[in-house]
Amino acid sequence: MDYVLLVEQFLNGFQLGIILFLMAAGLTLVFGIMDLVNLAHGSLFMIGAFVGGTLVIVTDSFLLGFLLMIPAMLVIGIAVELVALRTLYPRDHLDHVLATFGLILFFNEATRLTWGPEGLIVPLPAFLDGSVAIGLGITYPVYRLVIIALGLAVAFGLWVLVARTRIGMLIRAGASNRTMAGALGVNIPVLFSIVFGIGAVLAGVAGLIITPITQAAIGMGEDVLILAFVVIVIGGIGSIRGAFIAAILTGVIDTMGRSFLDVFLLLFLPENAAESAGPALSSMLIYVLMAAILFFRPQGLFPPRGAG
Amino acid sequence: MTALRNPANAFTAIVLVLFAIVPFAAPAIGEPFYVIVFARIMVWAIAAVSLNLIMGYGGLISFGHAVYLGIGGYTVGILAFHGINSAWVQWPVAIGLCAAISAVFGAISLRTRGVYFIMITLALAQMIFFLSVSAEYYGSDDGLNIFQRSDFGVPGFSLEDNLTMYYTILALLLGCVFVSWRLVNSRFGAVIRAAKSNNTRVLAVGVSTFRYRLTAFVFAGVMCGIAGLLQANLERFVSPDMMNWPRSGELIFMVVLGGMSTLFGPVTGAFVFLMLSEILAGITIHWHIIFGPFLVLVVLFARGGIAGLLSPRSARE
Amino acid sequence: MNSAPHTRGDIALSVDRLRKAFGGLTATDDLSLEVARGEIHAVIGPNGAGKTTLVNLLSGLTRPDAGRVLFAGRDITRLAAPARVRAGLARSFQITSVFRDFTALENIMLPVQARQGHSFRFWRPIAGDGSLRGPAMEILARVGLAGRADIVAGNLAHGEQRQLEIAVALATAPAFLLLDEPIAGMGLEESQGMVALLQALKGDFTMLLIEHDMDAVFALADRITVLVYGKAIATGTPEQIRNDPAVQAAYLGEEARDMAGEGA
Repeated sequence: MDYVLLVEQFLNGFQLGIILFLMAAGLTLVFGIMDLVNLAHGSLFMIGAFVGGTLVIVTDSFLLGFLLMIPAMLVIGIAVELVALRTLYPRDHLDHVLATFGLILFFNEATRLTWGPEGLIVPLPAFLDGSVAIGLGITYPVYRLVIIALGLAVAFGLWVLVARTRIGMLIRAGASNRTMAGALGVNIPVLFSIVFGIGAVLAGVAGLIITPITQAAIGMGEDVLILAFVVIVIGGIGSIRGAFIAAILTGVIDTMGRSFLDVFLLLFLPENAAESAGPALSSMLIYVLMAAILFFRPQGLFPPRGAG
Repeated sequence: MTALRNPANAFTAIVLVLFAIVPFAAPAIGEPFYVIVFARIMVWAIAAVSLNLIMGYGGLISFGHAVYLGIGGYTVGILAFHGINSAWVQWPVAIGLCAAISAVFGAISLRTRGVYFIMITLALAQMIFFLSVSAEYYGSDDGLNIFQRSDFGVPGFSLEDNLTMYYTILALLLGCVFVSWRLVNSRFGAVIRAAKSNNTRVLAVGVSTFRYRLTAFVFAGVMCGIAGLLQANLERFVSPDMMNWPRSGELIFMVVLGGMSTLFGPVTGAFVFLMLSEILAGITIHWHIIFGPFLVLVVLFARGGIAGLLSPRSARE
Repeated sequence: MNSAPHTRGDIALSVDRLRKAFGGLTATDDLSLEVARGEIHAVIGPNGAGKTTLVNLLSGLTRPDAGRVLFAGRDITRLAAPARVRAGLARSFQITSVFRDFTALENIMLPVQARQGHSFRFWRPIAGDGSLRGPAMEILARVGLAGRADIVAGNLAHGEQRQLEIAVALATAPAFLLLDEPIAGMGLEESQGMVALLQALKGDFTMLLIEHDMDAVFALADRITVLVYGKAIATGTPEQIRNDPAVQAAYLGEEARDMAGEGA
């Protein structure tokens, strides 16, 4: 097997894992702290791509557009929380699913009305275009390396925020015991808004940084959302650490599976069978992984503390 | 006829009468297009009735129920693709596959609760969706055309005849409603309903709820599979889109819109949901921008669905 | 242990060094306990003593970390909750947990159908099923709810819901009743009714009674175990417990402190 391809695909998988982590981190906090099933998190990913992409194009600078996108997503996230989601907290999960499903329809259509059905192509910044040698005779696109670095930086930042700051302490208290957090004198509505805003920014970052590779498209958040669900189920609801490990695991296994499963199957199957079964099976791989993990650990790898 | 004084029942009766007369009434008023619209509504109604079994009566929020539409439909599509058109092969295979897959998916997802259950049913359904997308041999995203509908080999009864197709769907819809009525009121149904109300308490009276829930999950999967094979026959076409996750969301909405855990709620829910889509889509291509917030408003203000809105206040409490 | 010795055949339920911790909190701490056949054995203790945890451990809803539970001589430690019920060990809940949208009668029909075997019966409506209604009505009559059979449980008065709670447990045809604070939240008259009901059931069932209401405990119990922080600090007859200095120090002291805390 070609080790260059192997390393490349591993890095691609890692980069997908980073995107998934940015999505799953916000989702898992919202699940864990607010007990809110938010299907519209994928819409925030899409909005980040379109709003951020537009800012990049208008300012003619990827960096400036990216930096402006962050407060924009914070405002959008908090607005969504205030207008649509706040009333849902006391409701049951079914209401969450239904209402946020309605929001997806709305956001997709609003995006189509604003930007047209074709989507938005966001140019790769010139200084990040091209590839760089990373040793062992392998060259790898600079931009993808930047995504990985940025993701790791965000993961580290989140860890510092949650583990080392006062607001992080409140978030952790809220995740494990809402009543107790209330008793500690935490302003729960403000905390929820902040957490939702952070989640929206993370989703927006993920959405924007992926667009130069793909492009901004209507409904782009939905496939990512479902993968993020898989990540959260594997990692355990409410756990940032679980989300990170599960996201990388999911990204790498999915990507490597798609590249190498048919080669692997050739060891057992005739060529035409392997070639047709490979793509089909590889698209199922992470779900099989999820089912297997759930079978042994119904609450994921890092179950929330205090939950039975 | 006193039951019809209740507006919800009267509405159900109107919908059922419409189902019965549309093949004759629609052409008569110069709108023959509505025959296919109503046939579609009835197919979705069967799927919604099946979801109501586990979600309405059992409290199990499956967010991947449309996958059985896909499995039922693709069974017909793939067998037809290979030249096997006999209904006596297609239908049992479709039902058997739905039973087997819902048993496996149920066994995995019923080990979990709450949010996990919602996400896992969704993810497992998407697994089959992506499988169908990656199946290039069977058309991937483009799906499969079905050139001949299921053949029962009975003289005088052919689904190729649109009227026969239509009334077969109606008969199966009424059959599914009847079956769900019997199930819900049987001993089995009592366990399922009790487990929705208080699962721990059911355990504490000596019943292991898992097996009963799993059985209900399989029943619902099979019933939805029947809707899927009907849809494939009706449209003469299957594609991954029929089991993509928005379809599962729409199914949930139909059930809630009509009124959860009411016998005919899913039927009226499917009717209102699809008629409203049809009407809004006729007004603007951007109809989702109205429909999305409408769904949010239904959740916030009309959680009892049509049955709740139309019932006399006393009956609601 | 200062209780009277029993021969092995007399023991309905035997708890042997049972242990359960939640995180750092040990809710059940090497607890040993024996309940003789036919007696009402009360477990009392201040809030947080681990009484409900004990009921959950005995009914199989919670798994112990260590220790054994013997029921009629059989080790049921690893048995799941439904299997324990089928073996004859039924429970009631401290927080009323009847099926709120079922009628009183339907609440009883479910355990009746459960004890008649599996419920994979898909076709026949239960509504007209005399083999369910008959036994269920008898049980409702036994707890004094015969006239309320068709009322939806959620609409029953609090005291009636507590009676129904007992009736659901009775309907499983148990030999042994685990009663978790049956009198909780009741007014004086209702609680007298409940004491009379339990008095009437005495003899037909062995009971482990968790209760806060000391008047009820001393009226009903043959023996009492005092639980403090998951440990049994004393077991004996009501008379022995009343005069036990350790109980007075630990338990009554706690009560006094509790009261002071509530007053503050």
